[in-house]
Amino acid sequence: MGLEQYKGVYIYAQQVDNELSSIAFELIGKAKELAKDLDTDVTAVLLGHNVSGLVDSLAEYGADKVIVVDDPELETYRTEPYAHALSSVINEYKPDIMLVGATAIGRDLGPTVSARVKTGLTADCTVLEIGDFPINPVPGKEDEQKHNQLLMTRPAFGGNTIATIACPDNRPQMATVRPGVMQKIDPIKGAKAEVINYNPGFVKNNKYVEILNIIKQAKTTENIMDAQILVSGGRGVGSAEGFEMLKELAAVLGGTVSCSRAVVENGWLPVDLQVGQTGKTVRPNLYFAIGISGAIQHVAGMEESDIVIAINKDEDAPIFDVADYGIVGDLNKVVPALTAALKADLAAK
Amino acid sequence: MKIVVCIKQVPDTKGGVKFNPDGTLDRAAMLAIMNPDDKAGLEAALRIKEECGAEVTVITMGLPKADDVLREAMAMGADNAILVTDRVLGGADTWATSTTIAGAIRNIDYDLIITGRQAIDGDTAQVGPQIAEHLGVPVISYAEDIKVEGDSVIVKRQYEDRYHEIKAQMPCLVTALSELNVPRYMTPGGIFDAYDEKVVTVWGRNDLKDVDDSDLGLKGSPTKIAKASDKVRKGAGEKVALDASEAVEYIMGKLKERHVI
Repeated sequence: MGLEQYKGVYIYAQQVDNELSSIAFELIGKAKELAKDLDTDVTAVLLGHNVSGLVDSLAEYGADKVIVVDDPELETYRTEPYAHALSSVINEYKPDIMLVGATAIGRDLGPTVSARVKTGLTADCTVLEIGDFPINPVPGKEDEQKHNQLLMTRPAFGGNTIATIACPDNRPQMATVRPGVMQKIDPIKGAKAEVINYNPGFVKNNKYVEILNIIKQAKTTENIMDAQILVSGGRGVGSAEGFEMLKELAAVLGGTVSCSRAVVENGWLPVDLQVGQTGKTVRPNLYFAIGISGAIQHVAGMEESDIVIAINKDEDAPIFDVADYGIVGDLNKVVPALTAALKADLAAK
Repeated sequence: MKIVVCIKQVPDTKGGVKFNPDGTLDRAAMLAIMNPDDKAGLEAALRIKEECGAEVTVITMGLPKADDVLREAMAMGADNAILVTDRVLGGADTWATSTTIAGAIRNIDYDLIITGRQAIDGDTAQVGPQIAEHLGVPVISYAEDIKVEGDSVIVKRQYEDRYHEIKAQMPCLVTALSELNVPRYMTPGGIFDAYDEKVVTVWGRNDLKDVDDSDLGLKGSPTKIAKASDKVRKGAGEKVALDASEAVEYIMGKLKERHVI
């Protein structure tokens, strides 16, 4: 079958506990831009059990069509039934582009599905656009340049290099997209999508694993990706108790505490507060990097912050290379004093 | 019980990143190490070996110098090592890499395959699940804990806000997080054995089972690099060394100047 028969921009509308994840709306937002360039429409693929109630919000965020696979086997995420459902949708409806969130689910589902439908997958993309491949035509082979290709850009090598990748000869063009990067649209109240119910049938096999237990970690934390001010601490904070003073600073600024990987590895804070390559990508207005050395994996997750203030006792710490304002000093003295000064400033207003 | 652990040799980006004068990454100056998630996977395999008895085989695809990480793995306690290396395998994306490794593993008896979740040079997390797909075995990604119980594994699978305790029938594939454990060091005796007693089996293209040439290397890779560039980094701003009260005054001034407060 010719590649030109593959049409439309599809997104995987991730839901957990029958609640849509923010990434689903972010992907629709990006898909709408791509669909406009390709003069096509946006289809959300919704997999789960008793999930039809989620269709309207996908429409309000911009989906033109929603393909729903509703089956008891899809009650809770497991690789096999979900991969079977999504690859069956791909084989049946033949999308040109298939976007999946680079979440703990999407980074399992995406590779499995791409291997099953035999196409390429580009991981953790931060930029998606429509363009030509090769980007510049090879002299003498101008007619071999392909147009209307999905160009997928991603950081690699701990964020030190960026690569733009195409998938010229296989369809769909698949990408996982880093959460928090693409913009969702303002919802259009009352918008409706064309709904297509589809069930490929589920036959249990050796790949159906058994979930013995689901342990939810108490969601005591805010989503650091939504925060406008982040007070982020690293190994230099010294202990879980040390984070109390960061929390106080965050509280007076109306911000949220986040951290580097070392903090999570030491068990001082939970993983959902981790900024960086293996954590979350954040872009607040103000980012305090306190006792964070600034390994490239960390910097990759925070360098798009508007204002970066770093406090570190090591004047050679690489974090100073990305800080707008760097203070070489003792965080244990500076942080409490700063909190006190901010409190006094607030009281004076 | 037979365990296969897939490992990769990667440049060490942690701490010791070196740059050329023009700002590009100086790969030659960086150490080549065993990928951290893979090392945790190997440690998990070695612990299973100690508890239940198992034969542990490590496998890597790479350049001939990847022999180093296989020797390291044997010095830690792996029993066998296989290096898959061939010119025609160069330039492989995750599809072609997973096809290659699956083709090699088809020659081996296995109950459990462990890979790292992702490698620190590419960070894709794709090769593990794709190997499982090619081999037709279940995959459990993001393992925080792996236990063997009879002919099944019980894995603690991490998600953003929860974990699932999952039971899978072997043979299956598990991808390991570096949080899984603290890998052991090589022992002097282990190093001696790894270099003087043990043998690294070297396989090329013709040793891969049930694999088409059209699925290998650069040609067999569906994804193609259109452009690669070094990232333009946020530049350094001001840096001041101040005592606490001066520092506070300085920060308060900047916060006001930038209309944060």
